[in-house]
Amino acid sequence: MSEVLLDVAGLSVHHGQLCAVDDVSFSLRRGEILAMIGANGAGKSTLLRTIAGLHKPSSGTVSFDGEDIATLSPNRRVRLGISLVPEGRRLFSSMTLEENLQVGAYRANEGPFNIPRIYELFDWMGGRRKQSVWQLSGGEQQAVAIGRALVANPQVLLLDELSLGLAPIVIERIYALVPEIVAQGVSILIVEQDVAQGVAVADRVHCLLEGRTSLVGAPGDLTPEEIDRAYFGANMSSATPSDGTNE
Amino acid sequence: MIWLNVVIQGVLIGGFYALFACGLSLMFGVLKVINLAHGDMAVVAGYVAVFLTPHLHIPEVWSFLVVVPIFGLLGYVVQRTLIQKSIDRDPFTTLLVTFGLSVVIENLLLEIYTANGQTVNVGTLITRSWHPTSNVYVSYVSLGVLGVAVAVLGILQLFLSRTGTGRLIRAVADDREAAQLSGANYRHIFGIAAAIAFATVALAGIAYGMTTQFAPTSGGVNLLFAFEAVVIGGIGSLWGTLIGGVALGVAQQFGAHFNPEYQILAGNVLFLVVLAIRPQGLFGRKTALS
Repeated sequence: MSEVLLDVAGLSVHHGQLCAVDDVSFSLRRGEILAMIGANGAGKSTLLRTIAGLHKPSSGTVSFDGEDIATLSPNRRVRLGISLVPEGRRLFSSMTLEENLQVGAYRANEGPFNIPRIYELFDWMGGRRKQSVWQLSGGEQQAVAIGRALVANPQVLLLDELSLGLAPIVIERIYALVPEIVAQGVSILIVEQDVAQGVAVADRVHCLLEGRTSLVGAPGDLTPEEIDRAYFGANMSSATPSDGTNE
Repeated sequence: MIWLNVVIQGVLIGGFYALFACGLSLMFGVLKVINLAHGDMAVVAGYVAVFLTPHLHIPEVWSFLVVVPIFGLLGYVVQRTLIQKSIDRDPFTTLLVTFGLSVVIENLLLEIYTANGQTVNVGTLITRSWHPTSNVYVSYVSLGVLGVAVAVLGILQLFLSRTGTGRLIRAVADDREAAQLSGANYRHIFGIAAAIAFATVALAGIAYGMTTQFAPTSGGVNLLFAFEAVVIGGIGSLWGTLIGGVALGVAQQFGAHFNPEYQILAGNVLFLVVLAIRPQGLFGRKTALS
């Protein structure tokens, strides 16, 4: 179970002049949940989008299952087994719930997930599969976005800001599914602004601050003070002692 | 009864406008490219039907059987090379490139085939018509074009809603990046959309040649009508394009009934009124994810 599936080494990504990700290295092992936490603008989403193939790194490597994937397009990476649930859900707005899942399943890999299996995972979906996705609530849309990524049968699922704009109860319900997904042999890399949520679900936590790695460790080994310092930076932390909320 | 004939003639010409416009609508909806050479591609298809297919000993009426597949292939190739290259630069480049293509095509046709008008020869069929009452004339060729337009739009609608590839085309149109993340190679999907657009405009070009004369510069005015049909109907709606084409055709025929000079004016006025009152078009969507 300790086999490395996704390996990121010395990765830097620039948006024009701005260095969004600066020399970040980490690896994701098979069956593991890694939470990437950090404040707004820390470079988490950029990192995830680079792994999915939507941004080109300025230096460093991304390898999957021992193979360098730096030159592959996003759709080729899906075929390899890397699926991203993008920030803001990004559903196909002119389509029904089921059509969104069908698009995800069209070039799917072999694996445990298919559309009926998704309807089991989210039991409300089957009855509403003919509805347009814009009629769904934010939480429901998020669930469809996860389903659309799962039907491709990824080995690595990248989840970008699942909790954004959702009520706490809805977030809890969505996170409750994470162990079930991992049980199917999927490894998960979560980007979260909501530290408590990320720390609760993850095997390991990786904190980014202004594009750089500021802390790495298992949730049990880290104190809240350490996480605060890594999240806000040393000075901020002493100015706002042990304030766990962000913004 | 005179008014009935005006409406019928408008509907018949509207079918042609819709056939002409659906490829333009598809290119814009999926690729976000406004193909300014769209009208010229139709004219090229007309010239191919008139001058090249006779070499294959195919009657001009049946030329579409050869020309349409060729244009489909041409659409895919032009998209994957010229148009994709300009999309990769920036959206404005696509306007320049397709405008340049339009100029090149018109001048090449003038150089090779002169400015003389041409028609696709359909024999005596062109003169035959059905007239149920003394004031109503329905040309068989125009009726056939309307039938083809409805059939093409219907098949296209089914293709987009029922097949996997069709769904991918809609997915790319909705959100290109999200479609990539679902495993779609958007460049290939763009190519398929362009192939369909070129194939339908080839059909429209041949239909145009059957009903009236065309010359190397006929593309421009038809492109304008196609734009108007798409905008009136609403971008992204195929049946909307048919209704838009018919509305434009009927408006033009009403204008022409009062004074032949008003034909194009009446169509343009309808277009401007729709644009002012309902900018998304009669069947356009103004929805967004919350």
